[in-house]
Amino acid sequence: MAQKTALARLTEVATGRGLPLLRRAFDGVQRVAGEVTERLLGSDFEDRFRVLADRYEQLGGDPFGFDPEAVRTAALASAFFHRAYFRTDVYDVDRVPAGRVILVANHSGQIPIDAAIIGCALFFDANPPRITRAMVDKWAATLPFVSTFFSRMGQVVGLPENARRLLNMGELLLVFPEGMRGVSKPFSERYQLKEFGRGFMRLALETKTPIVPVGVIGAEEQYLSFGRASWAARAFGLPVFPLIPQMLLPGGQLPLPTKYRLFFGEPLYFEGNPDDPQFVADKVYLVREAVAHILRRGLAQRRSIFL
Amino acid sequence: MSMSIAPPTPIVAEPGAVVITGICGRLGRRLARKLHRQRRVIGIDRRSFPDRPADVEHHELDLRSPRVRDVFSAGVSALVHLGVVHDPRGDTAEHHASNVTGLQKLLEYVEYFGLQKVVLLSSANVYGPRPDNPQFLSEEAPLLGAGPFSRIRDLVELDMCAQSFFWRLSGVKTVILRPAHILGTVRNAPSNYLRLSVVPTLLGFDPMLQAVHQDDVVRAILLALAPEARGIYNIAGPPAVPLSRVLELLERPTVAVPHTVARLGVERLFRWRVTSFPAPELDFIRYVCMIDDSRARHELGYAPAHGLVSTLCAVDEERWLG
Repeated sequence: MAQKTALARLTEVATGRGLPLLRRAFDGVQRVAGEVTERLLGSDFEDRFRVLADRYEQLGGDPFGFDPEAVRTAALASAFFHRAYFRTDVYDVDRVPAGRVILVANHSGQIPIDAAIIGCALFFDANPPRITRAMVDKWAATLPFVSTFFSRMGQVVGLPENARRLLNMGELLLVFPEGMRGVSKPFSERYQLKEFGRGFMRLALETKTPIVPVGVIGAEEQYLSFGRASWAARAFGLPVFPLIPQMLLPGGQLPLPTKYRLFFGEPLYFEGNPDDPQFVADKVYLVREAVAHILRRGLAQRRSIFL
Repeated sequence: MSMSIAPPTPIVAEPGAVVITGICGRLGRRLARKLHRQRRVIGIDRRSFPDRPADVEHHELDLRSPRVRDVFSAGVSALVHLGVVHDPRGDTAEHHASNVTGLQKLLEYVEYFGLQKVVLLSSANVYGPRPDNPQFLSEEAPLLGAGPFSRIRDLVELDMCAQSFFWRLSGVKTVILRPAHILGTVRNAPSNYLRLSVVPTLLGFDPMLQAVHQDDVVRAILLALAPEARGIYNIAGPPAVPLSRVLELLERPTVAVPHTVARLGVERLFRWRVTSFPAPELDFIRYVCMIDDSRARHELGYAPAHGLVSTLCAVDEERWLG
């Protein structure tokens, strides 16, 4: 009998006092999570998302596999890196013209976080928001999960046919003409532009697309790479194998929390014969100089890598 | 002068017979049913055609048989070649001989008897699924499908053979159709794959796929039989969707298997005759092999009548009809 009352009292305490307490704690956690989410995504996230979803609904779906719903899934993680981890400063994103356009940026950082951050800038900070279609290496298409993830996020295997089709759809293309040479740059060569590929200029001339040079500052210090091991790359079947000692430290797999700065330049308009190699090379040189100039100016302004 | 105002060719007024090889296949039977009221239809197949329409003439022959020649000798004006053997088990040499020699013989008769029209049903598989494929392959894309698949090698050779015929004899209106995965009651790999009760997919891979309803392919063949049509055409159906969406719409339970495991497993199962899917064909659910059919839409006037859902559900049709 006594036991029964004790049990009953315990139940009473649990339901009467314990549950509301638990509920309040749960509500609190939920509210904080909601606030953090809101702070990261921004209050206008739903509107931005709608703009994108409507655009692709009108197009009747994206033939390359881009899925607006996937953007929603990835938005929180990307916003965390964009707004909290790298604290990106975005300058002059309104210079990007509407309609088809090619962004040309410096590539660095061992893994293409710079592409993701440019994508974030154009989704979270540009008006109207846009989806960045980056040209990825075909090696990525052979990787499980990565290939699917890239495709759902709007990334496309970097072939001229694909680029031409996207430009005709009025999309925003992100090109890293340095390619693999750029992304695997060792630390000692940071902010030194490698040779530019010329395909993007031929496309721009063919389709009369404006080019916006973009300077990414901060990505080149995120991993300290001391060089490349070609034998390891061959052994593992990778395109490059950078030597990054920080990877061996606990938590070193994450990039260093450098401060990202994105500078968008004035759009450049070119006209001429896309089949004249000398002409194309000259124009590519102009774009490369434009990117280099943005980088020089940005670096001169910068006080600290991390702040 | 009388040349320039020559009356329209008699083919239009009095179209000659159409020879359909492989008429007993499910696609062939559908084509015969659509065509036999407009034109005389003659079928050639090793199999019998028991429930054929009364006015369809049928010859149970191997394509290499000398008696095929006699079929062509009487008032035939067009050939539709569907009789491509896809048997993943049969002897490779025999497979190759019956396919390639068969087509060569047929093209000889076409040339000799002065037929006006040849339609070959090839496949978009001749381009092959590859990680570096452009999202949309045009008709000019190289036919790289033969690399890992010995069975597609025959198909590529047939396609090439028809292409050289196309260029050599400009008088014959040759049409090569390369449809995407044909879905329906047909017994081909993609339809069989989607009919599995539990559909295996490759872990981490979800390529965009194109499918086309069997009746849309029949419609494309009928359009290709129009007197002026000539050329190589990709035939696609409704807009492409990811494989996961296809399986979602069909409400199939799926199981994701890592590629290496799937490859070894399917190789074993194939050897033990549990499955008829050859292991290299796993690439079709791994990489893209999508085609651009804008040429067929502009020049042939082709447009798929079936939407995505009805195209996909066509694989189940027979289940309900019995």
